Parts: sequence; C-alpha cells; structure tokens
Amino acid sequence: MPENPKSTKLRNFVVALRFCSTSLFFLRSSQSIKMRPLDETETDAVFRKLYSFTGHNLKNIVENPSHEGPDPSPGRYCFRLHKNKVYYVSESLVKRATNISRKNLASLGTCIGKFTHGGNFHLTIQALNLLAANAKHKVWLKPTSEMSFLYGNHVLKGGLGRITDSISTQDCRKLDLNGIAVHHRTNIGEYLGMEDEL
Amino acid sequence: MAPAALNKTKGSKLQKPPPKKKPKNDIFTEKHLKEDDILDDSGSSDEEVEDQEEFDIDEQGSASGSDILSDGDDTFTDDFLQGNDDEEKVSSSDSGKDSGSDSGSDSDSRSDSDESDIEKKSRALDERKAREEKDAEEEMRLNIAEEHDEFRLPTKEELEDEAHRPPDLPNIQRRIREIVRVLSNFKDLKQEGTRRKDYIEQFKMDLCSYYGYNDFLIGVFVEMFPVNELIELVEAFEKPRPICLRTNTLKTRRRDLADVLLNRGVNLDPLSKWSKVGLVVYDSQVPIGATPEYMAGFYMLQSASSFLPVMALAPQEKERIVDMAAAPGGKTTYIAALMKNSGIIYANEMKVPRLKSLTANLHRMGVTNTIVCNYDGRELTKVLGHNAVDRVLLDAPCSGTGVISKDESVKTFKSFEEIQKCAHLQKQLILAAIDMVDASSKSGGYIVYSTCSMMVAENEAVINYALKMRDVKLVPCGLDFGRPGFIRFREHRFHPSLEKTRRFYPHVNNMDGFFVAKLKKMSNSIPTVAPSEPLESVEQASVPNESNREKKIAEPLKKTGAMKKGGGLINGVSDNRNVESPSPAENRKKRKFPSREEISKVREEKRRALREGKKKTARKSGTKE
Repeated sequence: MPENPKSTKLRNFVVALRFCSTSLFFLRSSQSIKMRPLDETETDAVFRKLYSFTGHNLKNIVENPSHEGPDPSPGRYCFRLHKNKVYYVSESLVKRATNISRKNLASLGTCIGKFTHGGNFHLTIQALNLLAANAKHKVWLKPTSEMSFLYGNHVLKGGLGRITDSISTQDCRKLDLNGIAVHHRTNIGEYLGMEDEL
Repeated sequence: MAPAALNKTKGSKLQKPPPKKKPKNDIFTEKHLKEDDILDDSGSSDEEVEDQEEFDIDEQGSASGSDILSDGDDTFTDDFLQGNDDEEKVSSSDSGKDSGSDSGSDSDSRSDSDESDIEKKSRALDERKAREEKDAEEEMRLNIAEEHDEFRLPTKEELEDEAHRPPDLPNIQRRIREIVRVLSNFKDLKQEGTRRKDYIEQFKMDLCSYYGYNDFLIGVFVEMFPVNELIELVEAFEKPRPICLRTNTLKTRRRDLADVLLNRGVNLDPLSKWSKVGLVVYDSQVPIGATPEYMAGFYMLQSASSFLPVMALAPQEKERIVDMAAAPGGKTTYIAALMKNSGIIYANEMKVPRLKSLTANLHRMGVTNTIVCNYDGRELTKVLGHNAVDRVLLDAPCSGTGVISKDESVKTFKSFEEIQKCAHLQKQLILAAIDMVDASSKSGGYIVYSTCSMMVAENEAVINYALKMRDVKLVPCGLDFGRPGFIRFREHRFHPSLEKTRRFYPHVNNMDGFFVAKLKKMSNSIPTVAPSEPLESVEQASVPNESNREKKIAEPLKKTGAMKKGGGLINGVSDNRNVESPSPAENRKKRKFPSREEISKVREEKRRALREGKKKTARKSGTKE
C-alpha cells in the first residue's frame, strides 16, 4: 500500500519471469499458423495478464510438474502459440504433436487465451481451471446472483457473499448496493452459448 | 297360380297366429292326413285342392274384412316374412298345399279361437325372433370361426383396394398381430395353400406401412430376428431411450453430483450396476444440459451405449491412445477421466464443424492430455506412424440403424448401397486402426471397434475382414451383458471367435442398438492373404492407395534393411526390387491392375529367373576361379 502499486507489480512480475525456463524465449518474428513457442513480446503479454490474476502463484503455473505424456517422469509445462491462440501444454505432448501438420492441428492441452489482431492478449474461459487453482483474489457470490453472472451480467454489490482481502475490498465497502462490484469478463456459460468463439 | 299361392301362404300364416297356435301339431297331422288322401285319390285330389284354394281366397277376403288391424300387421309382416317365405317356398313345395289345407280346416276352428288370436300372434312373433337370433348366432359363429380358425391373407384385390384408400391403421395392426399368431403355430393355423413366405411378405408390408419403414430395412430385420422379437424391437424404436449422464471423475464424484442435481430438482438414479459413473435422468425441472454444474464440467450428457466401448477399451494410465472419430467428445473425455489426465490422447475428427464442439467439451471437462487433430482416419497411420500407440478406439461412422429412436429418417433413407458404402469405409478404417497399434506395447495392443448400427455387414463382416487381413484376434470385451455377435448369418460364415463380440438392443438392454468388439494385436506383421471378395472390392475402389501403401511398406523396409516384420511377409528382402518394378509398371497401366494371383505368379517366375541367374554367375565365377 505505501509503495507505488504499479512498481511493485512490475517487480513481482520480473521476479516471476526469472522462474521460467529460458527455453521459452525463442526469438521468432513471424506470426503464422505455426505451432511455435511464444516470442518475447508475446510471453510478456501473457504473463502480465496471468500475473494480474494470480500474482505470485504464477510460478506455480509455470513450474507445475505435469503427469501427462507416456513418459514415467513428470515433465514441465510450456506455452505454445498456434493460430493466434495460446496453449498451456505439457512438453511431452508438444514433442509428439510435431508430426501433425499445422493445418490439421486443432488444439493441444489447454487453450488459455487468444491474441487479437491488434496484438492484445485476452484470457478465455478455458483457462479457468488453471487460474482458479492459483488465483489470488476470489469472490463468493450469493446463489441468486450466480445465474445472473452466468448470463453475462456484472456482479452487483448486493450479490457479493465473501471477498478475499485485497486492495479493492475497502472500496467495495463504500459502494452502494447497486454499484458494480465485479466486472464480468467471461463465464462458463460461454461453453454453451458461444462455442464457436472459444 | 304362384302369386295366388304366395298370397295364400302369407294369408294363412298371418291370419293364423291362430292356426299356429295349435303349434305345428295340427299342421303335421293334417299334412299326414292330406298325404294319405293324396295317395289314395291322386286324381281327384287336385281338384279338391283347387277347390280348397278357391275357398281360401274367399275366406281371406272375409277374414281381411274382419281384421283391419291384422291387415296392418300383415303388410309389415309381409315384408319380414317374405324372405323367409321365399326360402321356405323353394325348399318345400308342399307348403302351399299344406297351408291350403290348413286354411281350409282352420277356417272352421277360427271362430272358436278369437281369444287365442293374440296369443298366437305373440307366439309367432317370439318364434320369428328366435329364428332370427339363431341365424344371427350362426352368422356370428361363422365370422368368429373365420378369424380364429382361419385368418385369411388379403387377396390381391383387397390389397389394391387398401392401397387406394388411406391406410386403415387399426386394421393393419390387427393383421400384424394375426400374422404373428399364425406364424407362431404355423402348422395348425395356416391357411390352406399358402406358404410361410406369403405370410411374411404380408407382414413386412404391414410393418412398413404401420411404422413407416422402407422395405430394405424391414427385410433385414426380418432376417435377423424372430417375428415376436421383431415386433418388440420396432416398438422399442418408437420410444426414446432415457437420458443418461456420466460423472466427470476428474472433478467430482457421482454421489456428490447426484446430491447437487437432486437439489436442483432433477429426478435421477444410478444407471446400472455395470457403471460407477453413470446416472439416468427421468425428468428434470431445469434444463439438464444447461445447469451450472454442466457448464463447470462436472458431467457429460451421453447415451448409455456410449459408455460401453470405453469400458471395453479400459485405458491405463500413461498410455498412448487414439480416438479416431472423437467428436463430440463424450468417449474421449471418458478415456481421459479413466486415465486421470496422464498419458496422451490423440483425438481425431474428420469434419471441421464438429471440431469446435470437441475442443469445447475437452476444455469444459478439464482434459489436459489431449491433442486434437483434423484428419481423415485412414491417413492417421501416415501421420502418427505404424506401431506407435498402445490402444485405439474406433467408433466408426455407420448407417445409424441402432439409433432410430433418435433419428427417424433412418427408417426411410437407408438402402443397400449406403450400407455397403459404410461397410467399405469401416473396413479401411479398421485396418488403419490396427496398423497404428504397437503389438509389443507393454500394457496395450488393443483395438476396440464399435458402431451404433445393427447391420451384420457393418459389424461382424468388418471384424471378420480384419481377422483375415491382419494378425489380430478377438478377446472378451469385459462386458458380461448383451448378446454375442452372429457367427453365421444367411450365407455368411464368420470366424467362431466372433461370439466374443457383443450386440446390444433397445428392447433387451434399454439402450440404443450397439455393437462392440475388442481385438488384440498379436504381432506387427501383415500376413499374406489369398484374394477374397471384400479385399477385391477394396482394391477396385482404392487401388492407387493400395499400390502406394505397398510401395511405402517396401521402401522403409529397404532403407532399414532389418526385417522388422515376421516371416509371414511377402515383401522379403529379395523381393523388394521385384516389388518395385511391377508396381510402376502397374501404375502405368491405367486401372488394369492384375489380380494378386497374377502378381504372385509373376514374382515367382522372376524369383526363379533370379536364382537361375545367380546360379549361373556362381558357376561361372566358380569355373573362372
């Protein structure tokens, strides 16, 4: 709180970056439908986004031992870019996906987000499992507002059940009952309604 | 005289409620008397009769004058009795004379029996009624006798009539039931001069029109099932099967999920004792496919029959699995759940629009060990390589005759050609599946083939083909319910181990029609095969592929040099060059590929030539040295 929040964020972010293995930082410029590791700017964008949700737990995400793959020893996870989507996938899977030609590969592991044409990175709902395990701040909703959120509405203060302690908790208390407490980004209802856009 | 006689008889009978009172005794006695008279006085009797008749007419006139009421009755009863009278008149010509005499004699006694008039009338009425009832009963008996003892097949004219009229459903249903009854006890109940075949033909036609099938499909069903079971099957197809869902064991347990759903107002039960993850939904207050639990990936809506191939496959952790026709992903997610997200699954789907639902389902259920690709199943061996994976699940695209309850169009749109096309594709796919599996894998080496169809051509025939073409054998599926597959069917004779496959029916197991077979790959070699019909049909359709495949098999062999494949191969080292030379020659000839016998003959000759050449060179070199 006393420090400038932005600088702490950046510092933590850089610290988190150090935990990643260097193999992720290949310098490749072309952005085609290739299945390839992320380049520096892309990795930057992805991690920044993830950090804003998970904070320090980002290193859990990156260092998680993976049980996938037929090898007996657990490997590591890595990020891959394919058709402007970012996938969080185990290394052993990546190795075995190389003999599938690019245009026939549809998905591998878990897709966590996409890059827009402008180069911005957005997380998609499929990243939920990953994020939820590592998220810093959680909000519990009252049952009534649960369905409302699933339809895409923002959460009003009246629908909040609990909220983890964080920067904005104080602000929430000041809100009046119908003020927006949590902006709606995405919800699991999109699995049903918006399959095509996932 | 006839009309007069008619009137007389009518008159006598009518006005003789009285005379009839002396019930027929008088008539009889008088008859006898009269006959005696006639016999005695043959000549004069006629005159006498005539006189009496004249008498009668006069009397009728007077009588009619006195009884106006009876006249009224007479006219009515005239009509009633006319029919009877006609018959009786024809039958007994004596009746005229009798009545004449009666009237003659009775006229005397009529005056005495005025009171008995009414009684006689009523008696006559009663007797008439009794006669009518008797006739009606006889008619009834006749009708019933026809139905029970003799169900007649409708003749051609009747059928034509029916064809013109709109279909008379109750009639058709009645006929169906009757034919079933007759066929169950054919010896006793059959109609004279008809054969069993006629009954079955009519039965087929009735089923087609009542339930809405086309001839081909009903014909196939009639061959596969006895008649009683066929009715049950067709009835079962009319109703939908219960909705089932499968708990996602990656995220929750069945008990917890059941509790949550019950709270939401869903009426459900565990599916069966053979499944630990299945739930069947009877009804629900909320849409079962849109609950937050569904969206969180706690369960998957799936039909009960789709559990079976995955249970038969029994994937182990850390194995490499291929699902060749994966969309929409119910079976793939089940496999991943059984493997606990370890190992690797290749989920392949040929149709691009279905890929989206496959990936969405995989993500929703929290599956992380899957690679989704978009290939034609037959190309997968090229991509993934031969002998590369531990297990393969092939839920083949089929004609869908087992899921008629979901899709009624199958009843009318399936024909023989379509089934053959499906079977052809399935045969190619199963060979590709077998080629991908590594026979020497530690824990695996299994292929599970399943279809949602009941046609023998798509099920047993395909497995039989695989048994001939590759070194595989059938193993028990691990499903102890369901019927074993056919070993022989019409003119086909299949391998006896086909009884290890399983068939499921809607009227027996209350799930969609399904077929499951589990194969174990014994070795990676491809055995030599004598040319057989299905193989040749494969050849004719896809010969370029075949020759390419042969080439490809030959080339890596040449390169590696090592004989990975066992001695059963035709492509021995010495033959590599021979294989190469005929195949380009074959390719040059457009579509005139020689049969396998010819090829093997040619190769034999070349081998002989080579050997002789070698011997000669050896001799030459020997002599030189």
